[in-house]
Amino acid sequence: MTLDTRQHPSTDQASQWRLMWWAFRRHRLAVFGLFLVALLYFIAAFAEVLAPYDPDQSNARAINHPPQALHLIKATPDGGWTIQPHVIGMALKRDPITLATTFTADPARTVDITLFGKGTPVKMWGLFTIERRLLAAKVPGERFYLIGADRLGRDMLSRIIAGTRISMSIGLIGVLMSLVLGIFLGGVSGYFGGWIDASVQRIVEFKLAMPTIPIWLGLSAALPQDWPPTWRYFAITVILSLIGWTELARVVRGRFLALRTEDFVTAARLDGCSQLRIIFRHMLPSMVSHIIASVSLAIPMMIIAETSLSFLGLGLLPPTISWGVLLKEAQNVRSIAEAPWLFSPGVAVCVAVLALNFLGDGLRDAADPYAQEGR
Amino acid sequence: MVIAPPPVIEIRNLVTEFATRHGPFRAVDDVSFTLHRGKTLCLVGESGSGKSVTARSILQIVDPPGRIISGEVKLHRHHTARGASQGDNIVDLAALDPRSAAIRAIRGRDIAMIFQEPMSSLSPVHTIGDQIGEAIRLHESVSRKEARARAIELLRKVEIANPDKTVDRYPFEYSGGMRQRAMIAMALACSPGVLIADEPTTALDVTTQAEILALIRKLQDDDGMSVLFITHDMGVVAEIADEVAVMRFGKIVEQGDTLSIFEKPQHDYTKMLLGSVKQLDRPSERRLKRRAEKPLGDVLLKVSGLTKAFHIDRGAFFKKTDPLLAVNEVSLSLRAGENLGIVGESGSGKSTLGRCILRVYDTSAGTVDYTAKDGVTRNLAALSETQLRAARRELRMVFQDPMSSLNPRMTVAQIIGEPMLVNGLYQGRALTDRVGELLELVGLPKSAMERYPHAFSGGQRQRIGIARAIALDPRIIIADEATSALDVSIRTQVLDLLLDLQERLDLSFIFISHDIAVIRYFCDRIAVMYKGRIVESGPTEQVCTDPQHPYTQALLSAVPHPDPRMRGTRIRTRYRETS
Repeated sequence: MTLDTRQHPSTDQASQWRLMWWAFRRHRLAVFGLFLVALLYFIAAFAEVLAPYDPDQSNARAINHPPQALHLIKATPDGGWTIQPHVIGMALKRDPITLATTFTADPARTVDITLFGKGTPVKMWGLFTIERRLLAAKVPGERFYLIGADRLGRDMLSRIIAGTRISMSIGLIGVLMSLVLGIFLGGVSGYFGGWIDASVQRIVEFKLAMPTIPIWLGLSAALPQDWPPTWRYFAITVILSLIGWTELARVVRGRFLALRTEDFVTAARLDGCSQLRIIFRHMLPSMVSHIIASVSLAIPMMIIAETSLSFLGLGLLPPTISWGVLLKEAQNVRSIAEAPWLFSPGVAVCVAVLALNFLGDGLRDAADPYAQEGR
Repeated sequence: MVIAPPPVIEIRNLVTEFATRHGPFRAVDDVSFTLHRGKTLCLVGESGSGKSVTARSILQIVDPPGRIISGEVKLHRHHTARGASQGDNIVDLAALDPRSAAIRAIRGRDIAMIFQEPMSSLSPVHTIGDQIGEAIRLHESVSRKEARARAIELLRKVEIANPDKTVDRYPFEYSGGMRQRAMIAMALACSPGVLIADEPTTALDVTTQAEILALIRKLQDDDGMSVLFITHDMGVVAEIADEVAVMRFGKIVEQGDTLSIFEKPQHDYTKMLLGSVKQLDRPSERRLKRRAEKPLGDVLLKVSGLTKAFHIDRGAFFKKTDPLLAVNEVSLSLRAGENLGIVGESGSGKSTLGRCILRVYDTSAGTVDYTAKDGVTRNLAALSETQLRAARRELRMVFQDPMSSLNPRMTVAQIIGEPMLVNGLYQGRALTDRVGELLELVGLPKSAMERYPHAFSGGQRQRIGIARAIALDPRIIIADEATSALDVSIRTQVLDLLLDLQERLDLSFIFISHDIAVIRYFCDRIAVMYKGRIVESGPTEQVCTDPQHPYTQALLSAVPHPDPRMRGTRIRTRYRETS
């Protein structure tokens, strides 16, 4: 038998994950999305180190402090220059008649910034105390605001970084909960079919027919206001995932239905495999990639949902910091006029949602590496 | 001396490449041929030979990431545009932009194309008449009414009954053959000079195929159209071609007129291709010799009155429907060491029958009595799923599609080892050794174990499927269209492998196929199925040479013969059920 020499042999022993990676890598935007998502979760994991200040530390002298640009090159007194990251200090002025505050640049005063300098001590993951921060003022106690400060003079950068942890994790945990529900109900529905399928599908349709925002509002309004922040956090994730499982259940059911008629499943049955073995050994591996893709598309929905709820004041409440809670500060016209940097958490939401969507799209396209054989 | 008809398409050194991870893949590699006016050129080759990509390159409709790298496709428009242009007007299609207006004006008007799968080429939400009308109105400014009248005329031309009524029907109301006729009508809408037909009959039953071939031939004679016909089937080539070009691995290995290709093939590949076609359609000598040495044994499997009714749901609320009898009171028996062929067209219920015997489907009525190794006869139709496990170790199945019957996410070792593992026969080291042994038995190297199914060609995958089937030392193998998805040169190899395994392992086969040639080669007895019933059965040679039932006669008369000299010598009959 002569073989077609134009075929490349390296794919022979490539498992589905390797084939998926090859297909995924062709999707430039998705690789970029993957990088951003990885970066966001990295920030969420090491928020304490990455934030320059304690996000709750207020400062009466820095109310609505505007952002300061980061300069790299600093002139030395003898006329030369050195590389020294610094920001130009701002002087607070109060109008004697209107009492309105304004900040003006004061080139005479600069705040030097170092990598891994000493900041206020903070408990890392609630376990041990650390002092070093990624960015810190050279002179302990001096403050700089790279993207401004809010109405209590708290550093926005630190607050956004702290919010990343809650906002990104609520998406992940919420989706994991809906995943359990979705796989169980979708799997039962797709594998057994018949009246079980019909009743699960009617439940899904009923769920989808209910308007989501009023339900979220109703459920979260019913949460006791005096619950501690962690309880409230978990209650919100449960509420979000109660609605979110329906889409995943449909995906899982669809895959089950499609796979049930595949010849290799019939072959497994004729080989004498038990039902559990058919499901877990033969059918699930073909679905995992599809499920991962739908999960990565469901996380941004969760993030948006949490943001909207918190924005409306019914999700997480201060002192918990999430992007939605931060955006609540920017609810009125005055903040647009006076401190547009209060909207910067919205940029973080956009970046996170877009990155996850790009990633999810790429994963969905790569999920079935066997769809286009050969080429 | 006959003056050769003028050329309409000249292809010179055409190269089409697909960008892949490992650099460019040459699907079409330096191909040159000429299509003459009023003639049929058959581009023949096995899967992956680049024949379809060649055809698509002509019209610049290669799927991305494929693109034409170099070469010329010269279209002599003064022959194809039917009066639209005067004098010598030669266009190089390969130089046109795939999205330009110039090439769009040529597609459908000068060169029309029909595809393998008529259902997916037609829009399901528009009537046939609208779709043909649209094809006309794209190239000519005519009114809707006029277009409709032309559509009816075209449907009449492609011999569709009651065209003034059927013109308003939707594609799903058409049968497969009618859909392909409608596709041809659509292709003919602007009376093109060239028709490119890409495997137009492959998805059709053999009786329908014969009708479509006759239709293309007749239309060509009427209009002087040139046809580029792409096929893998040498029988079809013999039936329709004036000239033949044989393709392999993207190159044309041989071309010439039909008679000289069939009678004096020069290239080894052509010889091999013709050899394997001619080898089929007659009994395997090896099988006959073997039967003379070792007579058949006792009856192993006896099926009587087997019926399978499918209840088609018409929505969740209206459950009452007429059952569809896919298998209707079928009785047959299989003796030890015997090969029983079940032949029939699509929808005849032959696959359902095979699956009912193995109880993939539950049966509606009848018995399947199987005498097991221990001598006890049990009715498989009455056993529960757990009780069936013992019988299913002795009755195994080989599937049609070598792609979907192997789990793409498991290695070959895992696939073949699965039945032995779940039945607790082998484990660990012994299992690996046994898998290696089985691989060698089906003619694959032991090194195949760690690879995934996608690394193998269709024929090799089918060998893996066979290895899985024989892993449990079965006595009966039900092979459901086991060779249909394979190229003809591989087909005989797989059949010979099955015969070889039969000698070594004392197997009996139920071989389900639509291809009479394959059954004739492989099977001792044959049962012809039509609409769920067995209409005729008997020793293969007797049924094939002297068919009694009119359906069998019609079926045999429609099979294309790989001999161009037999063209037009046989009378085709069509079986219509009288009820």
